[in-house]
Amino acid sequence: MVEGDHSFGTVSDKIGDLALKKRTPFHWYIGFAISFIVAQLLLFSVVVLLARGIGIWGNNQPVGWAFDIINFVWWIGIGHAGTLISAILLLLNQKWRTSINRFAEAMTLFAVACAAMFPLLHTGRPWLAAYWLFPYPNTMGIWPQFRSPLIWDVFAVSTYATISLLFWYVGLIPDFATLRDRAKNKFFKAVYGLLSWGWRGSARHWHRYEIAYLLLAGLSTPLVLSVHSIVSFDFAVSQLPGWHATIFPPYFVAGAIFAGFAMVLILCIPLRILYNMKDFITDTHLVYMGKVMLATGLIVVYGYAMEGFFAWYSAAEYEWFMMKNRIWEGPYWWSYWLLILCNGMSIQLLWFKRFRESAFWLFMISLVVSVGMWLERFVIIVTSLNRDFLPSSWAMYTPTMFDWSMFIGTIGFFFTLLYLFIRFVPIISIFEVRTLLPEANVHGHHQDFEENVVVVEETYDRTDPPNS
Amino acid sequence: MAQFFPKSANNVAKITMILGVVLAVTAFYAYTQLARSSYLTGRYVEKQQPVQFSHKHHTGDDGIDCRYCHTTVETTASAGMPSTETCMTCHSQIWSDSPYLEPVRASYRDNTPIEWERVHDLPEYTYFNHSIHIAKGIGCSTCHGQIDNMPSVYQENTLQMEWCLSCHREPEKFIRPKSEIYNMRWKDSDLSTEARIKLKEEYKIRSRDMLTSCSVCHR
Repeated sequence: MVEGDHSFGTVSDKIGDLALKKRTPFHWYIGFAISFIVAQLLLFSVVVLLARGIGIWGNNQPVGWAFDIINFVWWIGIGHAGTLISAILLLLNQKWRTSINRFAEAMTLFAVACAAMFPLLHTGRPWLAAYWLFPYPNTMGIWPQFRSPLIWDVFAVSTYATISLLFWYVGLIPDFATLRDRAKNKFFKAVYGLLSWGWRGSARHWHRYEIAYLLLAGLSTPLVLSVHSIVSFDFAVSQLPGWHATIFPPYFVAGAIFAGFAMVLILCIPLRILYNMKDFITDTHLVYMGKVMLATGLIVVYGYAMEGFFAWYSAAEYEWFMMKNRIWEGPYWWSYWLLILCNGMSIQLLWFKRFRESAFWLFMISLVVSVGMWLERFVIIVTSLNRDFLPSSWAMYTPTMFDWSMFIGTIGFFFTLLYLFIRFVPIISIFEVRTLLPEANVHGHHQDFEENVVVVEETYDRTDPPNS
Repeated sequence: MAQFFPKSANNVAKITMILGVVLAVTAFYAYTQLARSSYLTGRYVEKQQPVQFSHKHHTGDDGIDCRYCHTTVETTASAGMPSTETCMTCHSQIWSDSPYLEPVRASYRDNTPIEWERVHDLPEYTYFNHSIHIAKGIGCSTCHGQIDNMPSVYQENTLQMEWCLSCHREPEKFIRPKSEIYNMRWKDSDLSTEARIKLKEEYKIRSRDMLTSCSVCHR
């Protein structure tokens, strides 16, 4: 899992120095500046939104939900790969998670931050959102509607954000301690020292750390499945054809992991080149991630197929109308086919070794898949709503400038956070990569054990037998 | 390698963690109290009126019925504010040259109404009707407190939604016979619980579900 000739020291040097010693590379400034400028679009959109209300957006009856929830689901979905990599792969003892989990978790956190903005801001008055969203003893003497999936969503997402943050942070503590010990600058020593909570790496520390990390992994594992299941309930629990489908939870979860791995690939392919991390994020990692994408992508395609099949097989008039409207009769037919092209067709390339093992193609396919997953939510939301039960209320949905500026703004915000993360935090888990080195296995590699025995016996034969 | 932080930093860290939790709980509690405080609700705050009118004097000492001035309380949404003419029915005869009453006489002379300061101000998004409450056996003092004891009227209750709902959820706790509506000295304990539940049936007060439906107050 680690290529090149590395020892404990060189791993710490290579990863730790990015934050501490090396000059901030020029491309960092460029990337950060662009992200930061794009993030200002978000600030601008939010200010206008607060000043003028959500009328600046394009959603109106019958498409009452549009970019706000599309973007929310898209961002939340992206986060899922981070949790899957950190929790499930940890429990399954998949060693290849080690060098990608740190920034995948960071990606999760930042994606959840972007996602959470939409439900808050779509209320138009986020300062009042507290009592719309959270059950607390408010002065109205009422609670939120606990039978609504929207309140389940609040719990799902806030739990997810909390656990993801804890998981990421607990994993960072030993690395912050490494940075604290290596920092020359007093200020950084103090900051990293505070962040590492007095970590000295004693056996007791490690023992507790392992328990805490395992517990958190256990806690986050169900979240990988539950969060997006609950997000899908926002739709599935309603009565609207196109939303009211039992396949939604598994199909959404698969879609989330699919989109998440695409985003991990989009981030780590340039990262490993720009920061020369190919020793740690190896080609094997990319191939594995490509395979996960292919598997989850196929589940998603199966979901599309089943949606179509059941619309026909149920013989429910409205379901079938919705499906026809979505695929060929309605005004948004192009978005459906674009979605099939992006999510269904593009991943078929991953069957072939040539594409799977090429970082360039993986990067391109991931970009296409990200667009596709956004389109998926667009198709589900807009094509189901724009022609509802009452033909007199049918209407087209067109996003406004502010819909776009806010969405693009969150992308800028996401990358701004990511650039700060790359600059100040070890992007790869230093101590976990160390455990992958041969040096960490004092008793020899497990795989080598059999050979070692043979070698010992051979040596034994050639020297004096003890019983002679 | 020498430790950057002294050993005492361990204690600082522990105390910080405990303090953080204590602070968060305290802040939350303070918020729930502040939200209900008279600072934000205007409860118990006496309002100065253009005329130094004393409810204590007129209802408490003189025994004038509420409806003498608030004439529409039984028939319309608003209880109604008295016109200057209503004041002048008495004050053209008694205290007719009191300097305190000059604003009233001025209003009468110039034919311009007195601009009273509103004490109970409900938000515009709520629908409130006095007459239905009177008709179903809710007395004045249940919401307005002992007006006959207030030289200048203040808001007795928070007027927050939880306060409205406390009665809409259990009207049988506050109901009284229709004959006692204008009795300022009525106490809920003057009637047994059983008698109040009976009254509720007699007055055909709707179910809790109906009374707490959103559109009862937000139309």
